[in-house]
Amino acid sequence: MSDFWGSIFNFSDYGQLLGLVGNSLVAGAVLGIVGGLIGVFVMQRDMAFAVHGISELSFAGAAAALLFGANVVAGSLVGSLLAATLIGVLGSRARDRNSIIGVLMPFGLGLGILFLALYPGRSGNRFGLLTGQILSVDIPQLGSLIVISLVVLVALLVIWRPLVFDSIDPDVAAARGVPARTLSIVFMVLLGLMVAVSVQIIGALLVLALLVTPAAAALRVSSSPVAVPFLAMAFGFVSAVGGILLAIGGSLPISPYVTSISFVIYLVCRLVGRVRGGRLRRQVVAA
Amino acid sequence: MNPLEITDAALTLGGRILWSGLNLTVKPGEFVAVLGANGSGKTSLLRAILGQLPLDSGEIRVHGRPVTRGDRAIGYIPQQRIMPAGTALRGRDLVGLGVDGHKWGLPLPSRERRARIDELVAAVGAESYANLPVGVLSGGEQQRLRVGQALASHPSLLLCDEPLSSLDLHHQRGVAELIDEGLHERGTGVVFVTHDINPVLDMTDTVLYLANGRFTSGPPEEVLTSEVLSDLYGTPVEVIRSGERVFVAGIPEFPRHEVTS
Repeated sequence: MSDFWGSIFNFSDYGQLLGLVGNSLVAGAVLGIVGGLIGVFVMQRDMAFAVHGISELSFAGAAAALLFGANVVAGSLVGSLLAATLIGVLGSRARDRNSIIGVLMPFGLGLGILFLALYPGRSGNRFGLLTGQILSVDIPQLGSLIVISLVVLVALLVIWRPLVFDSIDPDVAAARGVPARTLSIVFMVLLGLMVAVSVQIIGALLVLALLVTPAAAALRVSSSPVAVPFLAMAFGFVSAVGGILLAIGGSLPISPYVTSISFVIYLVCRLVGRVRGGRLRRQVVAA
Repeated sequence: MNPLEITDAALTLGGRILWSGLNLTVKPGEFVAVLGANGSGKTSLLRAILGQLPLDSGEIRVHGRPVTRGDRAIGYIPQQRIMPAGTALRGRDLVGLGVDGHKWGLPLPSRERRARIDELVAAVGAESYANLPVGVLSGGEQQRLRVGQALASHPSLLLCDEPLSSLDLHHQRGVAELIDEGLHERGTGVVFVTHDINPVLDMTDTVLYLANGRFTSGPPEEVLTSEVLSDLYGTPVEVIRSGERVFVAGIPEFPRHEVTS
């Protein structure tokens, strides 16, 4: 039994380990923050399913790169940008979008599995793409992940207001001249970039834990357009960094730690949200 | 300057003529109600005025200028739509979108912005619920905030697309009065698309009635008669007046599928 817990939580030689994963921690922190932020728009635009769809094609791209000896981050980027653009161009309406994603997703996953099956290298690398492998990403690649995240962050801040307008109130936004179509394609590209980064860190199957769960949790406890993005960023940060910190001592992949933390945050927020919901209803009655 | 001038306008959608030879002038302070069956091109008329649908012929001028997308001279009030409970928006933020939602960048807080939103919230009497999430507000409360949102740019033309549908009678009246309020002082013209004239009958100066690719317009007491509407539809239609209310009976079901925007 102590072996079991020891493999999950193990903090011997912790200081030394911490030094080795410093760069991964920075990458995780940036991903958690920017992922939490873009998640707010993913929720408002009802695109959780799209995130999952893009991540499977991103996985296929990364697997292809692994097989052909190319840069895995680049492969992952190509796959997710391709998927994001396809979904953005073909699926401007929710129903079209969901059917396109439903078609793309198994195709991408299938391709990815094919490439992995053909890959002669170590099997550890194979499943890393599906379930997370941040500790095996080398330093130049970590650098590119951080740069991509920062580019997404800046772009989001620039298109913030019209994107909020178009996400929440599309009819009036269109009447006000907000370029909905351009915005939606730009947003899909940003989402594609963010998914590609997440696939490297947490794995294609678990991307939602950083791009959806933190924002979903934040929306449970607040309706303020200022507080929700900040909370989502904080939840994303705690999940990603906390997950890495807990994982490095043990012998297990980091993903389960990240997903568990983000899930627990979500549960707590639901509880808090219930209390808040009751209070709001009383306020509405009073108003 | 007239808020809206439509000259000899024609619009076809999916090979069907919605209307042609359409002339309409909305003067400052004038309230025009647009009536017609589903698929008669009411919403398409609004979209043409907003610059979202190009005309086949003719011209539309808003405040003396040809239509452009996102003209600040136009305020737009849509139908009430359900805001899911998990929408990160409070009542005053909905109004704030009308103030500067179309601009790039972050909505940085400023005294000026806050004061403008406060002023609009007060103008529509929404102070008591302006800080609550829009998801928990009633349809009537949301529509009041929408009026404030539409007034944010000091529009000379208000376009309303069935803003009262799905509201109860009491709120219909309140929101309609809010739209009508101050029309004459501000010199704003209103184009009000509706399937039911009754909540706005006493404020309507002109009715534009669209049917079968044709139209007729004039004061409500002239247009809403059995003769005029029977002629427009080409089939007997009966207009019944009961007290302050008007009912139109016998409108033929539209033979082709409904054109939705």
